[in-house]
Amino acid sequence: MPSAAGQTVRNVLVKYEKEVLAEWMRLQLAATTLRADLMKENELREQSRDLLSLLRPALESGRFDTLESPDWNQVKEFLARISRSRAQQGFAPSETAIFVLSLKQPIFDRLRNEITETQALADELWVTTVVLDRLALFTTESFLRTREAVIQSQQRELLELSTPVVELWENILALPLIGTLDSERTQVVMESLLQKIVETGATIAIIDITGVPTVDTLVAQHLLKTVAAARLMGADCIISGIRPQIAQTIVHLGVNLSEVTTKATLAAAFVVAMRRVQAKLPTGVA
Amino acid sequence: MEKIPILRMGRFLLVTIQVDMHDRLALQLQEDLTERIVAVRARGVLIDISSLEVVDSFIGRMISNIAAMASVLDAQAVVVGMQPAVAITLVELGLSLEGVRTALNVERGMALLNELVAAEQR
Repeated sequence: MPSAAGQTVRNVLVKYEKEVLAEWMRLQLAATTLRADLMKENELREQSRDLLSLLRPALESGRFDTLESPDWNQVKEFLARISRSRAQQGFAPSETAIFVLSLKQPIFDRLRNEITETQALADELWVTTVVLDRLALFTTESFLRTREAVIQSQQRELLELSTPVVELWENILALPLIGTLDSERTQVVMESLLQKIVETGATIAIIDITGVPTVDTLVAQHLLKTVAAARLMGADCIISGIRPQIAQTIVHLGVNLSEVTTKATLAAAFVVAMRRVQAKLPTGVA
Repeated sequence: MEKIPILRMGRFLLVTIQVDMHDRLALQLQEDLTERIVAVRARGVLIDISSLEVVDSFIGRMISNIAAMASVLDAQAVVVGMQPAVAITLVELGLSLEGVRTALNVERGMALLNELVAAEQR
């Protein structure tokens, strides 16, 4: 049976390619999911025609049970390319899947005309449905993969954006932290701070946590790590911008910040830093 | 056998680690340095690790041990020139070298030593 099933589909696609394409296009253009704002009719027509022409040789291979066989590679590549471009154009996942799924109706219509026997028609429909469903799922998957890649690259950009190290004064650095601190960000923060210490030869770094919404034990631990690493490089750290609620949380959590100089505001920390730097400046340099 | 040189600069000793530190070398250094501190009655030891690019927990502990031994022998120890990557590694290993003084480079370290010794004599 498997060899016979799919036979008619293939024949239909060969014989009525034009009609199927016309019908498919009509359906797609009439559908509520059409995004005329995102994609021109010409482009859609071109994509539809390409998919049909790629589908034919793949169907001829007779492999309907799996998309893993190399016969389907070209179709898959094509669909992956389409879903990538659609993800970037801003299509919804369902709108992208519909592109493949909407092909069912024109093909089914043709099959109904071709096959009169009920049993054979049911078999043929089943095979076609399975293949098209798989293709649609594959399309959605690659669509989501593209989306994920976009999200990841945005996360990376955000990470770089949110960790500036600024030089406040000779030998004084400031690190205004904004947003939640996780291990990955701490690593980036630590690296950029230490690098800047090497570059500028700073002796004091002020870590300002005004923009850190919450401080839990993990965040506190990350802060302490940064302070310890800076100390190993010969720079002292001052933590500033501790809000009253955060001071309460820190004490309630039992986090020990006693070895670190802490100040309520960046201004207060700056005054301390200025005083320390001045005291340490060798005579004749200042 | 390779050895880490220990240079005398007045009242201070300068140790510059410029080779890949391995365990036996670290032990040798520990021995040589304590002997030299006693022999020349050094008041301070400057350990320059700016060329050290790889550390493990053993070397980290070694550095902190050497500093502790120096202070037992009444010499101030300052570790200078630690690379950012090394600092991060040590912190991640949980070795934040408590009680070891640090400075960014040899110049700063020397100034710090002078300051510490001057404070002692006051």
